[in-house]
Amino acid sequence: MRFLDLLRFAAGALRGHRLRTALSVTGVAVGIAAVVTLTALGEGARQYVVDQFAALGANLLIIFPGKVETTGGEPFGGVTHDLTIDDYRALARLSRLRRSAPMAVATDTVRYGDRGRDVPVLGTTADFALVRRLEMGSGAFLPAGDPDQGGNEIVLGLTVASELFRGENPLGQIVRVGPWRFRVVGVLAPRGQSLTFNLDEVVLVPVRTAMRVFNRSTLFRILLDVRMHDEMGLAKREVEALMRERHRAEDVTVITQDALISSFSSILNALTLALVGIASVSLAVAGVGIMNVMLVSVTERRAEIGLLKALGALDRQVLAAFLAEAVLLAFVGGVAGLAIGAGAIRAFVGIYPSFPASPPAWAVAASLGLSLGVGVGFGVWPARRATRLDPVAALARR
Amino acid sequence: MIRLEGVWRTYRVGDGEVHALRDVTLEITHGEHVALIGPSGSGKSTMLHIVGCLDRPTLGRYLFEKREVGALSEEERSLLRRHRIGFVFQFFHLLPRLSALGNVELPMLFAGTPADERRQRAAHALEAVGLAQRATHRPDQLSGGERQRVAIARAVVMDPAVVLADEPTGNLDRHSALEVMELLEAMNRRGLTLVVVTHDPAIAERARRVIRMADGEIVGHDGGSWVVDRGSGGPALQHASDPRTTNHEPRGGG
Repeated sequence: MRFLDLLRFAAGALRGHRLRTALSVTGVAVGIAAVVTLTALGEGARQYVVDQFAALGANLLIIFPGKVETTGGEPFGGVTHDLTIDDYRALARLSRLRRSAPMAVATDTVRYGDRGRDVPVLGTTADFALVRRLEMGSGAFLPAGDPDQGGNEIVLGLTVASELFRGENPLGQIVRVGPWRFRVVGVLAPRGQSLTFNLDEVVLVPVRTAMRVFNRSTLFRILLDVRMHDEMGLAKREVEALMRERHRAEDVTVITQDALISSFSSILNALTLALVGIASVSLAVAGVGIMNVMLVSVTERRAEIGLLKALGALDRQVLAAFLAEAVLLAFVGGVAGLAIGAGAIRAFVGIYPSFPASPPAWAVAASLGLSLGVGVGFGVWPARRATRLDPVAALARR
Repeated sequence: MIRLEGVWRTYRVGDGEVHALRDVTLEITHGEHVALIGPSGSGKSTMLHIVGCLDRPTLGRYLFEKREVGALSEEERSLLRRHRIGFVFQFFHLLPRLSALGNVELPMLFAGTPADERRQRAAHALEAVGLAQRATHRPDQLSGGERQRVAIARAVVMDPAVVLADEPTGNLDRHSALEVMELLEAMNRRGLTLVVVTHDPAIAERARRVIRMADGEIVGHDGGSWVVDRGSGGPALQHASDPRTTNHEPRGGG
């Protein structure tokens, strides 16, 4: 029997029961659409996070105090040194670094006139804007200069500026943080969440000023921008060696952006897989639906099967004919599911344009493969029942 | 070409056994027109199924064109049915979703005949049964007689050696029945072996040879050439003109 004839024969049989065919095709379509859509959303979430980190720059090293380890073994174990401005100065001199920025953090109320807003206050230096690739909406960033010089400049995040000034031009105005007065020199361009902070919701002041005002001796982070991406590992080891020498202990943690990305990425991959797993359940249900339809079909078409056998159809031809029906159901369902999924993803992107949701090619290929697999897997048993029918008994009844 | 020797067909029903055929011996030669007649349950359909290679004897030998069918594999028997045997059924067994032409093409579809040749041969077969102008009609658009003629076209389209017809007129009115029988007989005259199962004496009488069956046994022969001799030891074949068997009264009804 020719392959095209087989397909045409199977398609003809399916057309004979339009409603039943449509329903089982819908079942598979929903399953495949769910797989494709959820994969696309999961993949989109992963891509979104990766993009966010990539925006930090691929050459970023982040140092923070403390080390993840087991403590308590020795009586005075677990002592950690603070991360200080002097550490920052020493690190900044490393030749593999292009630039670096310290970060001190406190939360306080920023006031202008009678309006006030509780915000994170970041103390840093001029290089912070370059390391974190900040763009200015208006004005300028903190002035370059000796980090020990604590000026009274302040840069506002976009939301902070618009909430406090309500349309007034903030540049050159004086705001208060606690009892201290700062002069607004610039407003950041919109940036949103990045690393720990929503940069639209922060204010930035010179690091020395911040430490004095908030009575801090320790830095929250030191950010380092490595010159060459190839030297990331080397730079990381140099930084660790230097800190060990200065603190006489391994009490700081140095992470690269790559490590952050890969850990987030693997979390989100697991999430995607979980979503796909859930969606696959609906596909399995659709498969059982196909099996049901095919079983009904075999029972209902006993006379036809008997006839085909009487006409000299071989058992494997009968098997192929019924299997082809199941596979055809699943395949049409799969294609319809892809179309529905594509529509759903497009609608989603229409609502959230910044979310990069698109089904990865492997997901499209896998779901088509999956639908064919469902057709074969759930079609074999009914088709085998068809071949086992005794033609005499099958023909006896009308 | 068809030869049954001491054929039994036994079904197991619960704890007991039912003998659908008991020790049947029969020979049908090429080009014959044979009617199998008997009441329902007499074993004539079982006999037809065995002759048609749809079923196998429980005991005994069945030779089709000198090949022992019991020894053939499932696939070989399918190929035998495909190429050498045509079936005509009481309920036509046309596929309702296919046109008359499509139904006639069906055996060739499974034989892998190319589409063009298939269409041509099916059209030719439909023309031979006088339905060329109904080729595109579906079975539900055809009368009973027309349906059976489509079924006959399907049965002969592979150019078989024998056509086995199981109550071919059982569902037809008198006029259509006559048409169908005339069609089958015309094919028989051109050399096709024809075996018709019926319980209608009027149909049976048209055959040159009538085999009467009851309770799974051959109980009588009219006008045929071979009968079973039960008198002497094992089964033997004797000519029907033997005085011992002529005018034998059938045990079952006609």
